[in-house]
Amino acid sequence: MESAGATATLEQTPLHAAHLALGAKMVDFGGWHMPVEYSGIIDEHLAVRTRVGLFDVSHMGEIEIRGPQALELVEYVTPNAASQLRDNQAQYSALLYPQGAFVDDILVHRVAADHYFLCVNASNQRKDHAWIAANNRFDAEVQYASEKYAQLAVQGPQAAATVRKLTATDLGSIAYYWFARGEVLGTPAILAHTGYTGEDGFELYVPPEEAERIWNAVLEAGAEFGIRPCGLGARNTLRLEAKMALYGHEIDASVTPFEAGLGRIVKFEKGDFIGRDALRQQKEQGVRRRLAGFEMRGRGIARDGYLVSIGGEPAGFVTSGSPAPFLKKNIGLCYLPADRAAVGQSISIEVRKDQLAEAEVVRTPFYSRQR
Amino acid sequence: MYPEDYRYTKEHEWIQVDGEIGTVGITFHAQKELGDIVYVELPKVGSKVSALKTMGSVESVKAVSDLFAPVSGEVVEVNAELNAQPEKLNQDPHGAAWLVKVRLANPRELDELLTAAAYRAHVGAETA
Repeated sequence: MESAGATATLEQTPLHAAHLALGAKMVDFGGWHMPVEYSGIIDEHLAVRTRVGLFDVSHMGEIEIRGPQALELVEYVTPNAASQLRDNQAQYSALLYPQGAFVDDILVHRVAADHYFLCVNASNQRKDHAWIAANNRFDAEVQYASEKYAQLAVQGPQAAATVRKLTATDLGSIAYYWFARGEVLGTPAILAHTGYTGEDGFELYVPPEEAERIWNAVLEAGAEFGIRPCGLGARNTLRLEAKMALYGHEIDASVTPFEAGLGRIVKFEKGDFIGRDALRQQKEQGVRRRLAGFEMRGRGIARDGYLVSIGGEPAGFVTSGSPAPFLKKNIGLCYLPADRAAVGQSISIEVRKDQLAEAEVVRTPFYSRQR
Repeated sequence: MYPEDYRYTKEHEWIQVDGEIGTVGITFHAQKELGDIVYVELPKVGSKVSALKTMGSVESVKAVSDLFAPVSGEVVEVNAELNAQPEKLNQDPHGAAWLVKVRLANPRELDELLTAAAYRAHVGAETA
């Protein structure tokens, strides 16, 4: 179990003291001392699905790209079509290696024609910044901006009703995957209609020195809806039910967007970008393996890293596996040979040494909210 | 928090002995570290367990953890209620949510286990 002695070397968000005060269970998450749960993963997960939850995601990284050729740089280092974005619009995308595999998955926000704001994974932020800077042969400036922002995710059907109490910004006018620059409690903030839970919600980028005041105000504003502070445990089960990829699990430097079921973020017609040639070749030849979602059929819970077999032959590994608190099923994701990844395929998961449990490939996402 | 008349393993099981029968469970600390418990796998009645060897497992939303037998012996009863309501392990780990009852093969094994004071010191050192 965890030893607290090592925490001195871990990074902390501006909300670290608030988490300790709330009695959160803290863990080392990629070098950050982060809350994994407060009231319990199931309670927090259900709060987000049915009411509202608040997450500290300040460990996420921010990178800003400015200049006359900011768009050209973003277009070159990402596979999605950033040129299609309008001011105040966001897009799911990636940074790819020339081989077509992931440096990271990211959100690209267009602030203005000459200003883009990227949200990237915590453990990749230094690598991502170095990668973009190394590929910057454009008239653009790449700024590592993580220390300028704390990030709070307010997620759930009552998220808008909660945030609305704290801002004059008209949230109803911000469509899904759009954002506004406004204020929260009188503090400049980016209010983005985005999230990583499969639920409606907002992600608030605020100055670090105001984070605790805003955190407490969100909890107070959401009290009438039964808001819960939520940790990384529920964040993981929520994103898994919604089949959202997690870097280091479904995607990494050995996986391409086509294999990960993310072909929608690859736009060949937009022109050159890093990874384009390799991906075009893979698209023509077809992928050998494909990410599949499965449900356990008998007793047993799949966990990250468990061996998957088909008919006694090794077929892959579980990338993410867990009980799904809202669906009340045991689910998971794994890579399978492309010709064995269809819905209905029976697979076996080694849940203990020499003990197999049956599972079946199912339609994904496992959970989709009603809109 | 930790009853004085129980004995404890370093792996966070407890045993309370009445005559030749020992009742076994997991500690408050164990359930707290695991979080929401969703599945318990227990040995069958009549099976033999060995001191400090695996006898089953407990799974929470985020992790799976082996169960270790505090002593050697024969399983004489299992708490079947935990199949339907594993969350009871989070609510009453030292009482209603006991796991198994074991007929002790060698009561002297109890001397190898931690007293309540020693266990408190053990988890204190681990979490302080």
